[in-house]
Amino acid sequence: MNKKEQNYTDVSDTETMIDDETVVTEGRLKILKTYKLYIDGKFPRTESGRYFVFKSKDGKEIANLCLASRKDFREAATAARGAVAKWSKSTAFNRGQILYRIAEMLEGRRAQFIEELEQQGFTREEADTEVSLSVDRLVHYAGWSDKYAQVFSSVNPVSSSHFNFSTYEPTGVVTVFAPEESPLLGLVSVIAPVLVGGNTSVVLASAKNPLCAITFAEVLNSSDVPSGVVNILTGYRKELLGHMTTHMDVNAIFYAGENDDESKKVKEGAALNVKRARIWNESNFESSKAESPYLILDFQEVKTTWHPIGI
Amino acid sequence: MKMTKKVKSKKASVKIKFDTEWSYAPSIESTDHINLKKSYDLFIDGKWVAPKSGKYFPTINPATEAKLADIAEAGEKDVDLAVQAARRAYDNVWSKLSGKERGKYLFRIARIMQERARELVVIETLDGGKPIRESRTVDIPLAANHFFYYAGWADKLDYAFPTRNIRPVGVAGQIIPWNFPLLMAAWKIAPALAAGNTVVLKPAEQTSLTALKLAEIMQDAGLPPGVVNIVTGAGATGAAIVNHPGVDKIAFTGSTDIGKLIQRSIVGTDKKLTLELGGKSAHIIFEDAAIDQAVEGIINGIFFNQGHVCCAGSRLLVQESVAKIVIRKLKDRMETLIVGDPLDKNTDVGAINSKEQLAKIEDYLKLGVAEGANLFQSSCKLPSKGYFAKPTLFTDVAQSHKIVQEEIFGPVLTIQTFRTVEEAIEKANNSQYGLAGGIWTDKGSKIFSVSSQLRAGVVWANTYNKFDPSSPFGGYKESGMGREGGMHGLSSYLQFD
Repeated sequence: MNKKEQNYTDVSDTETMIDDETVVTEGRLKILKTYKLYIDGKFPRTESGRYFVFKSKDGKEIANLCLASRKDFREAATAARGAVAKWSKSTAFNRGQILYRIAEMLEGRRAQFIEELEQQGFTREEADTEVSLSVDRLVHYAGWSDKYAQVFSSVNPVSSSHFNFSTYEPTGVVTVFAPEESPLLGLVSVIAPVLVGGNTSVVLASAKNPLCAITFAEVLNSSDVPSGVVNILTGYRKELLGHMTTHMDVNAIFYAGENDDESKKVKEGAALNVKRARIWNESNFESSKAESPYLILDFQEVKTTWHPIGI
Repeated sequence: MKMTKKVKSKKASVKIKFDTEWSYAPSIESTDHINLKKSYDLFIDGKWVAPKSGKYFPTINPATEAKLADIAEAGEKDVDLAVQAARRAYDNVWSKLSGKERGKYLFRIARIMQERARELVVIETLDGGKPIRESRTVDIPLAANHFFYYAGWADKLDYAFPTRNIRPVGVAGQIIPWNFPLLMAAWKIAPALAAGNTVVLKPAEQTSLTALKLAEIMQDAGLPPGVVNIVTGAGATGAAIVNHPGVDKIAFTGSTDIGKLIQRSIVGTDKKLTLELGGKSAHIIFEDAAIDQAVEGIINGIFFNQGHVCCAGSRLLVQESVAKIVIRKLKDRMETLIVGDPLDKNTDVGAINSKEQLAKIEDYLKLGVAEGANLFQSSCKLPSKGYFAKPTLFTDVAQSHKIVQEEIFGPVLTIQTFRTVEEAIEKANNSQYGLAGGIWTDKGSKIFSVSSQLRAGVVWANTYNKFDPSSPFGGYKESGMGREGGMHGLSSYLQFD
């Protein structure tokens, strides 16, 4: 599509585009969505003013996406750090309720996600499955909220007269590189285990398929997830990977992908301040193996408490 | 009874005068938003079915003695239909569903319970007599949360029992008491369904209504017919469930006497069994406890739900050095308890659940006095209608007294003293029961030392009567077998190959 041929006035605030046929429905000009970043519970544009164009498979320009900068990431990391205290102290029950709420909101927005997935090259049937599995995945992790501690914690039979037990606490701020494929299910599969464990995160969406990430941010925003708990950026991995892995106020990195160079950089960046790095080479997100309590534990610290027994 | 006289003679011990112009205006919860039918049939195979016998019995509001509704009485034939429906639902639908899908039904049920919480709260209070404050903050939210908790387990059972081959038991027959009607239904149904079983549940004949409302919720949630069947009735209905050959598992909460009967009657069958029975739990106050907090804990331990709590802290053991002050503060605090209309949001102690239970409590009060114990009762006025009992405590009791040994299941506390930790533990464990216990001390090491020596399934330290879906509950000794709640509650509803 050539911009000059567009049959609507190019208002400077209108950053999204869509092919001509769908612009006018029965003589009415459709309102298009502006895809922005999601930082600290708000939807700002990138401070850099830069953008990249998302094109459909057949080359049509669908939307201008924010090309997030290092500064955007730093803003997001600050927001994530600020949200740790509240989210990590929320009760397991409450986190479960919120995860389930996200599932409810996502289910309610099914049509919108299917439309976006179709724009990203999915057939209607594939899109439908992608949304269903994403909802179910959220429900699955909602259930883990008050169970992983019960399953994996321990009372340790020490030889002295002490009551000694180990349980889990969230590690803190996690930077997440969402998988390039599987625009919704992959995204949900990396966000949910980090979130349900009481961590906050800065997520870099797939640059190849970024639409669902920002729409999913709207779902998070209407699901009682406190501001700053999940922050979502759109942009280029190669540009942000260095910043997101070397930032000194980040506790862990969740990298979904199979690029050796990138995973090497993740590990090197992690070594700067002993970040926990989880490299996840999952390609089949539809498999039940792509949901696991061990992904929750990857972003948990073990806390062991000794308490004397005696009169 | 002439007990009030004794109260007056004890006036010297009451230091605070509460009879001032500061009183609470009544704050009565409205009942106009609830939806009750005049008559309730049995809930079998997803439908409302009249009992074969055509018999119905009334359910009474114990605070007013007014009839709320008629309830169907299920006989053997009705129970048989319910078991058959449960079996069909198990074979054809429920056992074939994935854990994920089962879980989603349970999540739905939890959500609808949350949405209809206010209605359930009011009906629970009308039918059972418990203060609206308690049904609103404890019973109904906890019941919904139980469904929410076990919903999440349905697709995660392999994590609860790694390396074991597990399968559901089949049809579970469940019999629950009148003290926490909806909560007990949730404790029973949620884990059973999560583990893949189908259910025939009998609520207590005094309090059937919220279980029947739950049946409506099951319908609203689209739960496949027969997965949950609710049969109402009294002991004979319960016996029909226990003795039905098509039932694979019995879960019972109630008195130790009936529990023993059930245990005996399933001898020679392959039925699995869990029992949550009576208690006479020791509440131990050490001299280094935060006394004011401990007094609140004692009050909550024995007067919560009029003392109709199997784990009530009904035997207070106070270290001798602080006994005087603890008892004085307890009496003062008892004077402040508001006893009356359960629908009033100010009410602390509501109605005794039934006429029979009130008679039983009054018998124990007479017995206590006859045994030589010293009775103290709050000087509150009781409503002229309905079944009410004054908050009561007995001092000068001996370990051998019946009021110390037997479960009263009412707002009656016995107080003993002790000198050493060993003596406290000895007295605490001197009971046929072993459901729960309480420890109050500011010394953490003492908590763990004492709790490890108490022969009881739940021990509360510096708190009492706390419940959570993730926390296992159940007793030692004659207080029952098996645990409900938490990961542990799943195993009662699973077969291990």
